[in-house]
Amino acid sequence: MASSNSNAERTLRASLPSNLTDYHAFIQTTLDHLAQLGWGKCELFGIHMALEESISNAIRHGNKEDPAKRVQVECRLSPSRFWISVCDEGAGFQPESVPDCCAADRLEVIGGRGLALMQAYMTRLQYNDRGNCLVMEKVLAGPSPNGACCCE
Amino acid sequence: MAKPQRIEVNESANISVVRFKDQKIIDPVAIQELGQELFELVEKEERRKIVLNFGNVEFLSSAALGKLITFEKKAKRIGAELILTNISPEIYQVFAITNLDKLFKIMDGEADALAVL
Repeated sequence: MASSNSNAERTLRASLPSNLTDYHAFIQTTLDHLAQLGWGKCELFGIHMALEESISNAIRHGNKEDPAKRVQVECRLSPSRFWISVCDEGAGFQPESVPDCCAADRLEVIGGRGLALMQAYMTRLQYNDRGNCLVMEKVLAGPSPNGACCCE
Repeated sequence: MAKPQRIEVNESANISVVRFKDQKIIDPVAIQELGQELFELVEKEERRKIVLNFGNVEFLSSAALGKLITFEKKAKRIGAELILTNISPEIYQVFAITNLDKLFKIMDGEADALAVL
């Protein structure tokens, strides 16, 4: 993992293997940096969720846990902004093709909740055209569209 | 059932109170084991009144939610009653975002669940 620090912004970069255990250290390091920058418990929970779901999706659905493939992650962190790019080596997907897991008649469907959670906790979420690179951003001053931030 | 690794089960007046041992339910192997241990409660041990106490849980992934949904479906099919309790505000928000607060019966505390089961 590579990192660079300035007073205002820290950047973390990692090339993660395609297994569902080795990325947790990167997530913890990112959360530790954010905590040092003053992010609160509730915001950290939402960012933890976005990190967990985006990276595990890239490994599981993007790279299909192929050990020959990597997931490239870059995070830019500041006291008021969390930005992340997650790219896998898979064929990509169209996020609009994912059924709404929150619809009343789909509540018992097992999968598809990761995307809904990322959208709820982040201020902005965007895939590239191919659908194998995700950029997300959370700006502390601005509430997320669904208001998923404060848990009090 | 062999001694469960992921849950702790206590019996109280024919009600099984389940507590999760992991504070973070993320690891895929742990989630698989958790699912098997929960499924055994209703499929092998024929327990019909179950409280899932989330008091120890600080974080869970969507994969863990998927396993809980599978458990809920099995319990419903078998006729077992299931109530979730002691969910932190952060975890409750995860249920609310995904509308799973409408699928699961959720109560504040273990005593609330024991009173209605």
